[in-house]
Amino acid sequence: MLLTTLILGLVLGGTYALLALGLTLQYGIARIMNLAYGELTLIPAFILVALFQASGLSPLLSLVILAPAGYGLGWLLYTVMMRPLVARSGASGRLEVDSILATFGLLFLIQGVLLVVFGANFTSISYLDRGVDILGVSVALNRVIAFGICVVVAAGLIVALARTRWGLVMRAVALTPGSAPLVGIDVNRVARQGFALGTALAAVAGSSVAMYQTFSATGGVVFTMKALVIVIMGGVGNVTGALIAGLALGLVETFVATAIDPGLTLAATFAIFLIVLLWKPQGLFGGR
Amino acid sequence: MLKILLPLLGLAALAFLPNFVSDYGLGLLIGAVTYVTLASAWALFSGHTRYVSLATVAFYGTGAYTVAVLNEAMPYPAVLAVTALIGAAMALVVGLSTLRLAGVYFVIFTFGLSELVRQLITWYEVNVTGTLGRYIFLDVTARGIYWQMLALAALTIGLTAWIHRSRLGLGLRVIGDDETVAAHSGINLARTKLIAFVLSAVVLTLAGAIVSPRWVYVEPSIVFNPTVSFLTVIMALLGGANRLWGPALGAVPLFLAFEWLSSHFPDTYPIFLGLLFIGVVFALPDGVLAGIEKLRAKRKGAAQ
Repeated sequence: MLLTTLILGLVLGGTYALLALGLTLQYGIARIMNLAYGELTLIPAFILVALFQASGLSPLLSLVILAPAGYGLGWLLYTVMMRPLVARSGASGRLEVDSILATFGLLFLIQGVLLVVFGANFTSISYLDRGVDILGVSVALNRVIAFGICVVVAAGLIVALARTRWGLVMRAVALTPGSAPLVGIDVNRVARQGFALGTALAAVAGSSVAMYQTFSATGGVVFTMKALVIVIMGGVGNVTGALIAGLALGLVETFVATAIDPGLTLAATFAIFLIVLLWKPQGLFGGR
Repeated sequence: MLKILLPLLGLAALAFLPNFVSDYGLGLLIGAVTYVTLASAWALFSGHTRYVSLATVAFYGTGAYTVAVLNEAMPYPAVLAVTALIGAAMALVVGLSTLRLAGVYFVIFTFGLSELVRQLITWYEVNVTGTLGRYIFLDVTARGIYWQMLALAALTIGLTAWIHRSRLGLGLRVIGDDETVAAHSGINLARTKLIAFVLSAVVLTLAGAIVSPRWVYVEPSIVFNPTVSFLTVIMALLGGANRLWGPALGAVPLFLAFEWLSSHFPDTYPIFLGLLFIGVVFALPDGVLAGIEKLRAKRKGAAQ
């Protein structure tokens, strides 16, 4: 029983971690607090389902298309919508409020489009819905695949950020956007890349959610909320922290759902958020 | 003198308005005054501090739901008093845990709050009381609701005017400009923010309570409609959230526009809302009133 909860929790946590990685990049590097993040994960999720139902396109194949498409969408969003706000705010603290308000509007815009195009019903597909035996616990294959995607993407991201020159530049902007230009870094370009990469990760996370979970056009808020809580827990811009916090949230949620009541998972998320806020608001792994 | 007399005359005129309109017109009046109240109450806290609260409907819905639970157990004034207390308690919990920190934590907390309250009430109703959905049978006419809401709106705007002149308002303005400066000039940051937030939340909760008899049947998914939070923010922003009359000015035309849109384009109107919202944030970041002033200043500059 405990082992089942543990494994299912880790698998769910993998998706949450992936969800939070994109948001932590957008907020940490591009300094955009993106409240429409959950909606950005729902767009690819719906497209994946539509492609699967219409032409039987394998979700894994869709993923390969959707991730770069997400990057393109993020690039476009940053250039058209966020960049003017960044330019307007200059060095003042205005960007945070402006980005919160603008993405709040974007949230309703995307949600409205999704409702019109795909309707308000819950959607799901049955893809590789057979059990696999892991340490004596039967887990659906699609969940295992989703977890595998998370591990691969997160490991790739951590290595790229820690070991490459590109990662160094990203970290420099995340740390001190004011000083980065002094060493010849084009902050605008890096912020755009960070935002676009975050959206690409949102697309990957949304696609893996669509593989095994039911979702609806109005459910984006909950995704955003969970991702935000994980980002705060892990420390803003801290990729490893987000990964660990995501897995932890998955575990806690699965535990609450099996031991207490599935209707209280969001309450559990909020409870964790409250504890983190009162105890260590800079994040569990933050030293600041 | 004129500054006080004119609004009072306007209030008296508005109080007599139900005599001249149809039932549908009265419904529109109630809606418009409700949103004037919500937007003004939202701006009471968020306008100066720039702490964007996205939880309007968490309080509004809680107010409505409290009336639904208590309307047969207590006399109406007692119900309203309990509602206000619940709203204040909720705001205290949110405020005490987030307002000591940077603004973004507050935004995140309020962002999910209404969804949390909705799910908790649904869970409680399904598992503990075993019924989902309640009826409100109160002996309140539509006119009664209109007058109560009008009084609440007047109270909110009056309260805002008073706060603008008081030490509290000065403190809020300094906090909105620069929190570090505010702290250094001896303003108790957390307490100042907390007081304003609780006041704003009490008004929001009361607004939900007053308007609730209009629904008759109440269910968590009905009263916790996220569009209300959304509309409140855009109305206050459009008029100018840091002006006394800004939220009211934004609320009336936008409410009428939304009524029209939602009846003519029931499926696509959230898209219009989203576009409008983004448009306001980009084109009129400080609201219409500030925009007009800027334009005038420019003209003056060009004329000289």
